Amino acid sequence: MYQYDKYDHQMLADRVAQFRDQTARYLDGQLSDAEFLPLRLQNGLYIQRLAPMLRIAVPYGLLSSTQLRKLAFIARHYDKGYGHLTTRQNVQFNWPALEDVPDLLAHLAEVEMHAIQTSGNCIRNTTTDQFAGVAEDELEDSRAYCEIIRQWSTFHPEFAFLPRKFKIAVCGTKDDQAATQVHDIGVYLVKGHNDEVGFRILAGGGLGRTPVIGQEVFDYVEKKHLLTALEAILRVYNRHGRRDNKYKARIKILVRETGIEEFRTQVHAEWERIKDGPQTLTDEEIERCKSYFVDPAYVEAEDSPEELSQALKSNVLFNGWFQQNVRPHKKPGYAIVTACLKETGIAPGDVTDNQLDYIADLADEFSFGEVRVTHHQNIVFADVEQSKLFSFWHKLKERSLASMNLGLLTDMICCPGGDFCALANAKSIPIAESIQREFEDIEELKALGELRINISGCMNACGHHHVGNIGILGVDKKGEEFYQVSLGGSSKNEASLGKIIGPSFAQEEIPAVVRKIVNVYEAQKTTDESFLETYKRVGIDPFKEKVYAKAD
Amino acid sequence: MPKLIKNGEITQDIWTVLSEASGPEILRAVPGKNFIVPLEFWKLYREELEEYDGDISIWLDSDENVNDIDSDLSQFPLIALNFPVFSDGRSYTNARELREIMGFDGEVRAIGDVLRDQLFYMARCGFDAFQIRYDQDSEACLAAFTDFEIGYQSSIVEPVPLFRRR
Ligand code: SF4
Repeated sequence: MYQYDKYDHQMLADRVAQFRDQTARYLDGQLSDAEFLPLRLQNGLYIQRLAPMLRIAVPYGLLSSTQLRKLAFIARHYDKGYGHLTTRQNVQFNWPALEDVPDLLAHLAEVEMHAIQTSGNCIRNTTTDQFAGVAEDELEDSRAYCEIIRQWSTFHPEFAFLPRKFKIAVCGTKDDQAATQVHDIGVYLVKGHNDEVGFRILAGGGLGRTPVIGQEVFDYVEKKHLLTALEAILRVYNRHGRRDNKYKARIKILVRETGIEEFRTQVHAEWERIKDGPQTLTDEEIERCKSYFVDPAYVEAEDSPEELSQALKSNVLFNGWFQQNVRPHKKPGYAIVTACLKETGIAPGDVTDNQLDYIADLADEFSFGEVRVTHHQNIVFADVEQSKLFSFWHKLKERSLASMNLGLLTDMICCPGGDFCALANAKSIPIAESIQREFEDIEELKALGELRINISGCMNACGHHHVGNIGILGVDKKGEEFYQVSLGGSSKNEASLGKIIGPSFAQEEIPAVVRKIVNVYEAQKTTDESFLETYKRVGIDPFKEKVYAKAD
Repeated sequence: MPKLIKNGEITQDIWTVLSEASGPEILRAVPGKNFIVPLEFWKLYREELEEYDGDISIWLDSDENVNDIDSDLSQFPLIALNFPVFSDGRSYTNARELREIMGFDGEVRAIGDVLRDQLFYMARCGFDAFQIRYDQDSEACLAAFTDFEIGYQSSIVEPVPLFRRR
């Protein structure tokens, strides 16, 4: 992973000192609430209903065991013993006191971590495919480019006060795991005419109140032009994005109101002026960043070793977990393992201090000391030897990290919702739990196959409900918590936005509603058809009929 | 009198910002001064203003675009850019374009809601004069320019990005 040099360290140290001073001035009354607000947000700090919340950046989801142990320490000393993995591959803590935050940031800086630009109207943490560097179908490892973008966007002086938040995702694989098309900017690694790898760049995607799929702004740019191309898009947005209405301030609205043709013309005109300028990337810099993401010291091994085949035959539970949670690795003899944190009764994404320490130990023992956080709020061990999978699974099981519902109906995405978030219309965690309780039979879940349920507590869509195969959104109906259900969303390559099925439901109705939807799928599906495929073929009507049918 | 930071110190301001004006006659009442007038005002009364016996410059609000004054740029010793509220980031883009693309080498001044915690970024975008808000502590403001020792990007202060210097 990327290693800080003296410059990176210096910048973090300066940042901690700066925030310490700002916090002191705020507590002293020299900074007003309004003036302190963007300063604390750009350090990831929210003041919320129950307690402040601090969001820590995990650049493109990658964590070392040292960093995990530091997070465990923070969970123990500054929180109530747990942290929360977010849908943007970051980590959140819910209870730190404002006065403690500068110290907390200093702790993080020791392990090359921070909370810079994890909130506020600026360029946020860049995300990517959690399988970058190990996926079989990868064009190139996206992480080097994420790091290049991270550095460019960190403390970018021109773009610290954008109309609204701004999220960039990069994807280097064919099977898009990064929900790239629903980001403000989506960057795809692609091959150009000359077979050189470059970038295709989309802009204007996003979830939230007005979900949109991004549209193409650059069909192909050479690698060296990456930053100037991004800068051109940001500049047009900074200048023209709406600032009169916070709900219309995202770039997707600008693109829509300007029209993609005109928007593209403006961006290219801007780009013409800055392209080949000093921000043009050098081969040396690309190589330098790539050098941090080289393969670890793999041993030479064969696929499907004897130990593995034996264990798969002899242990049904292990076999079930293997089918669901283990993916092929580009290197023979290795596997990619996703530890699913969605045990019933535990809020999706929640992880305790002891689990964090334990995950760090497992990473050291089995996966070269690194893990990745996924936007489905799970943890990936990217480089596990196949011959050790069985013992690895045993170790996961010891600490409730071996649920085998990965990618299945109960592996939900869920935002913190009304239990934690001041903006919520409704709770979301109890909804997730009630659905998990309705579907406890793992055999049934496996038979249903891939089926994504995403839950958000309000229109801000932190739970990505628009792109859930089944999306659930908390709404306020005359002061009561209700839930609107949509069908057919997806964040994969063929990204699509869910369609609302009809009038909303009360909290206690939701498990039964999901049950009915699943029943329709089972009745309608042809062999091997996924939920999404069936939905696309039969449309929303059969689901609607069943869900709203009068009890007979 | 608003405080002005220039060249790393609090300086005496020889300019007066005219925040709004109905017509050029009010300038005639105070001859021999240096005024920074709104862009729209300057466009409307350009000829009258040329006859004024003091210096005239302009300020742009955050929704105005420096590219619109390209052909007239050379006649201004300074351009002021307004921050109606500190969280409106458009003037950063205007400043950078003035410097980087249009090659303006006169003074670029930040006016309006100019606060200590934004000065560092302003300087990196090409501002070199800062009319700080009345309640800002000038010593604290002077310290703001060294909040960070270095930055990653190409900036007006250091055009060569860090990756080319590593
Ligand atoms: S979706 Fe709404 S309720 Fe959920 S975390 Fe985001 S803002 Fe809060």
